[in-house]
Amino acid sequence: MHKKITFQLNGKSVNCEVDVRQSLLDLLRSQLGFTGAKKGCGVGECGACTVLIDGQPIDSCIYLAVWADGKAVRTIEGIAQNGALSKVQQAFVDEGAVQCGFCTPGLVLTTTALVESGQEFTRDELKRELSGHLCRCTGYQNILHAAEQSLGHKCACKEGHQAEAPAVGECQSK
Amino acid sequence: MYDIKNYVEATSVAEATALLAQNPELRIIAGGTDVLIKMQHGSLVAAELLSIRSISALTNITMAEDGIIRIGALASFTLVHQNKLVEANLMALREAALSMGGPQIRNVATIGGNICNGVTSADSAPILFALDAVLKLENASGSRLVPITEFYRGPGQVALAPDEMLTEIQIEPASYVGCGSHYIKFAMRNAMDIATLGVAVVCRVKDGCFDQVRIGLGVAGPTPLRCLEAEAYAVGQPVNQATIGQIGQLALNSTRARTSWRASKEYREHLVTELTQRALKVAIVRAGGAELA
Repeated sequence: MHKKITFQLNGKSVNCEVDVRQSLLDLLRSQLGFTGAKKGCGVGECGACTVLIDGQPIDSCIYLAVWADGKAVRTIEGIAQNGALSKVQQAFVDEGAVQCGFCTPGLVLTTTALVESGQEFTRDELKRELSGHLCRCTGYQNILHAAEQSLGHKCACKEGHQAEAPAVGECQSK
Repeated sequence: MYDIKNYVEATSVAEATALLAQNPELRIIAGGTDVLIKMQHGSLVAAELLSIRSISALTNITMAEDGIIRIGALASFTLVHQNKLVEANLMALREAALSMGGPQIRNVATIGGNICNGVTSADSAPILFALDAVLKLENASGSRLVPITEFYRGPGQVALAPDEMLTEIQIEPASYVGCGSHYIKFAMRNAMDIATLGVAVVCRVKDGCFDQVRIGLGVAGPTPLRCLEAEAYAVGQPVNQATIGQIGQLALNSTRARTSWRASKEYREHLVTELTQRALKVAIVRAGGAELA
């Protein structure tokens, strides 16, 4: 059973015929060739498949492709503009927040959504907002730093992660 | 590929209930965070799905002039958490909404789906029990109201006929006006975890005594439940440590906890007595009562 859908993918209109049994993740990876979103657990626990739908992070493995009809979908492929890393991507590089890289696309997208929300977040709130992503290289500290740098926070530790903006609590790292 | 045999979409309640009347095999899918995972695990096969996610009218949260708060069944946990009416009146529901899953799940999972899934660990259930929430169930020929305390029939079983759908959760003013509430989710992780025990408490304090206490528990039995014996005891008792200690003890009499890989029966029972007291202490202050040491 197939259905025609139209949606925005990283700002470009896409028309395609999708199998109703297909997840959005499968559509993106197998049919459209956007392999930035990863398939980790397949049950919405690890966050590796995170994409933004109308600006909100969702797990694309448990989101049917037909549901994308009429929506604006953003994947990691749409974050860098004209070959230049976004502020969030640069922060992940600067803070060494990438190890094996499997969780990175999802984390960059969720952090991008937080930045674009225009809201302020305390460190505890940031931890909660990033809690839908598992990093098995155990790099959370640097990921938190990267998220804080993306949001313009000053880290309370001595390494001088970014200047200006509100301090958000003690930095645990050395 | 998910094992989907048939997939139809409805854009209104009338359309959805008409489709359900035609085909009782249809299974409703909203956020999909339970249904799709069941399919992934193989416990739901050759599914005939009716998607109701396009019925945008069911995402509203409103308060009527008479004070009844109506939560659309398709309100996502993110919407419930961010809603001003919920924040101002139903603090424990707000806490419960934020305790569920992680951000990506909360953005799609719906409060109605959480209830209709029928599991005892549903994070929205203990507080909806404690708020005496009423569920509006609709079919092609009309609607009926069912108290949530009568909705759960057993693990994964709810009083929803094959041709019915949950459209709205109603909370009467008598259940929340002048009350304080608190929800404690006890789990192994701070996020992305299923509750080992969930405790929701609603109370009202008058002249230093409990005017009303309502306690909803999740994972303390095969379904969410209320602690009626403890609640009856509490009425008129002075708000002090001795009273809440006794409430915690009596709460245990309403439970049917069991041992699972998450926790033993004994551990869960300990959690019931302890967390009921801790939740009460917070709820008392929110209800305008004095803080207990």
